[in-house]
Amino acid sequence: MGLKLERQAAPVWVQPLLPVLAIVLTFGLTSVFVLLAGANPLRAYYHFLLEPLSSRVSLLEMLVKATPLLLTGIAVAFAFRGGFWNIGAEGQFLAGATAATAIGMSMHGMPALVAVPLMALGGFVAGMAWAFVPAVMKVELHADEVVTTLLLNTVALLCVSALLNGPWRDPISQWPQSPEIASTAILPKLVPRSRLHLGFLFAVFVVLVVGFILTQTTLGLRMRAVGLEPKAARFAGVRVERTLLVTALVSGGVAGFAGMVEVAGIHYRLIEAISGGHGYTGILVATLGNLSPLGVVLSALFVGLIDIGSQTVSRALGVPVYLGDVIQATLLLVTLAVLLLQNYRLSWRRGGAL
Amino acid sequence: MTDANEAMLVCMRGIWKQFGPVIANQGVDFDLKPGEIHALLGENGAGKSTLMRILYGLYRADAGSIAVGGAEVAIHSPRDAIALGIGMVTQHFALVPPLSVAENIILGQERGLRLDLRTAEGKVASAAKRFGLSVDPRARVRDLSVGQRQRVEILKVLHRNARVLILDEPTAVLTPQEIEQLFETLLRLKTEGVSVVFISHKLHEVMRITDRVTVMRAGKVVGTTATHQMSPSELARMMVGQTIVGVSKPPRTGQGSVVLKLEDVWANDDKGVPILKGVSLEVNTGEILGIAGVAGNGQTALSEVLEGTRPSTRGRMWVCGKDITNASPDQVMQAGVGRVPEDRHESVIDEMTVAENMAIEHIDEFSRFGLLRHAQIRQHAERLIAEYQIKARPNDRVRTLSGGNMQKVILARVLERNPRAIVVSQPTRGLDISATEYVHGKLLEQRQKGAAVLLISEDLDEILKLADRVAVIYNGKIISVMPAEEANPERLGLLMAGVH
Repeated sequence: MGLKLERQAAPVWVQPLLPVLAIVLTFGLTSVFVLLAGANPLRAYYHFLLEPLSSRVSLLEMLVKATPLLLTGIAVAFAFRGGFWNIGAEGQFLAGATAATAIGMSMHGMPALVAVPLMALGGFVAGMAWAFVPAVMKVELHADEVVTTLLLNTVALLCVSALLNGPWRDPISQWPQSPEIASTAILPKLVPRSRLHLGFLFAVFVVLVVGFILTQTTLGLRMRAVGLEPKAARFAGVRVERTLLVTALVSGGVAGFAGMVEVAGIHYRLIEAISGGHGYTGILVATLGNLSPLGVVLSALFVGLIDIGSQTVSRALGVPVYLGDVIQATLLLVTLAVLLLQNYRLSWRRGGAL
Repeated sequence: MTDANEAMLVCMRGIWKQFGPVIANQGVDFDLKPGEIHALLGENGAGKSTLMRILYGLYRADAGSIAVGGAEVAIHSPRDAIALGIGMVTQHFALVPPLSVAENIILGQERGLRLDLRTAEGKVASAAKRFGLSVDPRARVRDLSVGQRQRVEILKVLHRNARVLILDEPTAVLTPQEIEQLFETLLRLKTEGVSVVFISHKLHEVMRITDRVTVMRAGKVVGTTATHQMSPSELARMMVGQTIVGVSKPPRTGQGSVVLKLEDVWANDDKGVPILKGVSLEVNTGEILGIAGVAGNGQTALSEVLEGTRPSTRGRMWVCGKDITNASPDQVMQAGVGRVPEDRHESVIDEMTVAENMAIEHIDEFSRFGLLRHAQIRQHAERLIAEYQIKARPNDRVRTLSGGNMQKVILARVLERNPRAIVVSQPTRGLDISATEYVHGKLLEQRQKGAAVLLISEDLDEILKLADRVAVIYNGKIISVMPAEEANPERLGLLMAGVH
């Protein structure tokens, strides 16, 4: 007698409900921490989820927070769909931010129409380059990309740190931060008196392009085939290695572009905390969004909301801001568990062997 | 219970076992006398192992009864079987490599808190000597050869005072010398009163060592007789059955020219061990060449080499004079080869739609500037679905299809290109009778159209029904090629078992 896990896929109609289930479970689990922090969970979740939506300022700020997550989320989702387990969006983001800063700093006197595209290109190419090494190692040496991409994140962070404490140290303040980029390289604001900038529209556009590639192109079909069943894809004549390489490069490029957007849209310079984990959060966003472009948009907005919400709830109820991080981390674990368990069915078995 | 049954050590009656849609045992009766070596003979998938796994408690029968020593018993687990004196050595050994031989043998049998290894080693050594199972009780299992490990498994069973020893294909992993040693051991066990069930599909071994033989085919017992009353060819006929004529093969139209040619082709398996050892073949236009053989003799590698998914290490291959040695899958297709592989799930992508799967092999023809032409992909699928009577819609995911419909998707994708050569492997495995007939009809249709068909199958009936010539593969080599008129189950059965 006992509980038994059987392999059986959940019906199709369950799939869209899974993220909702994950969110509900997460709030159930994290209410323990809210209680420990001495607050009423229901009031806390009101401040978390609903209050930010009621003010223009926090609504716009949610879009600001969602901007890099849209890009890193879609970068990770694209890679995962193509069977390249890119855990390195963080490193690719930093590489893109660094390259964009380097270009932006030398654009003084250049018109925006030259400066911005050059920075964007630089960020994209740098992200691609950062993804190129693990991609080639996977294709040629069968090195596990989960490990290699993850390790390169630390390398990227140390490189940024070296730059900021060395050649790029701000000559005026002596802080470990780079000089500002040229004023023409800065992305214009979309809404006055807010931080919302053109990068948000760029991000939405990139998500649309990636969605188009996945569903409307031969590359997308081949990628999905490789991601779902590499053996069958190879059998059908798909060049699996080449497809994996393209997948990795595009994914890295988009993550690098996210780094450029954060530099040119928010900070105007390179700082060590330029990413602050946007690459890792991208994995959460992609997973929560079930690797679909629309899902990525919804989950990026949702995670942006939690970011803002953790500030409002801390102001209103005096609980630590880090509660937002706890909720995000719990959400990732619960989402992964739910996605895994959708392929199984729990059953109670009486008597007998096994 | 009758007197005859009381003399039996084991009596299995009316055993049924179903796995999903497959019925592995259909009302099987099986008797085992004390102190006999009893062969359980049959082709792969005949249900031999399933029956013995039920007796050993690894599976539970859906229906039927088992009596041991005249008393009806319920066997729910190997533990129950062991308590009844039944032991089994499966094809995959259950030994702990870092432990010693003696430790492995007493594992799970130790009583009390103190482990008296010295006594155990002595007992193991004397048992080993008595049964001719030479093995050092103190040796680490990880240092032993496969043959030695098998002896440890047998000793483990005997240590538990087994009266019945079941051996599942025991010679498959042994060298000829080790086989001789095993046979000596089995004869000694017989004189000690132990009954042995010897599961095999190798005729000469069955003839040599066993007292009685039960032949199974397609989940049923064909018959049980004393081994010495049978000849190998009679057993072969019982094992593979008579040819059942369904769709009939029209006569060949004229002598064709060579389409597919293989010359001394070698290939390694995934571990780098040669699995194809110099295969040479020719298939002509309008001809079906059947490759018969017992599973695991290189058939899978042969089809993979032709499909472009496994490299060959030596030799050359041509299609219509074009060299396709180590060509990629798309180059093989370009050369005009249609491929229907053994494992359907390795040629279609389950989570993609029927329409996508039908188009993916030639996706460039369904796109413009890298953009998919969805309307064209859909129309193509609709046309093939109608033409091949597939019970599916273009946007259904392939995983929702039955095996027969999945196979039709693959066939439609291949045959609509009118390939010059077709490589088909186990095309009707797991299909029901009507789907099987459909596939056979389509293959014969291609033959009439002038295609050269290489049919690799473990189903002798299928080969005898469809092939114009029959080749037998054994141990990675083609050991015989004959016109279909000269092929019959006895002759093929002997060749498949490696008897020239």
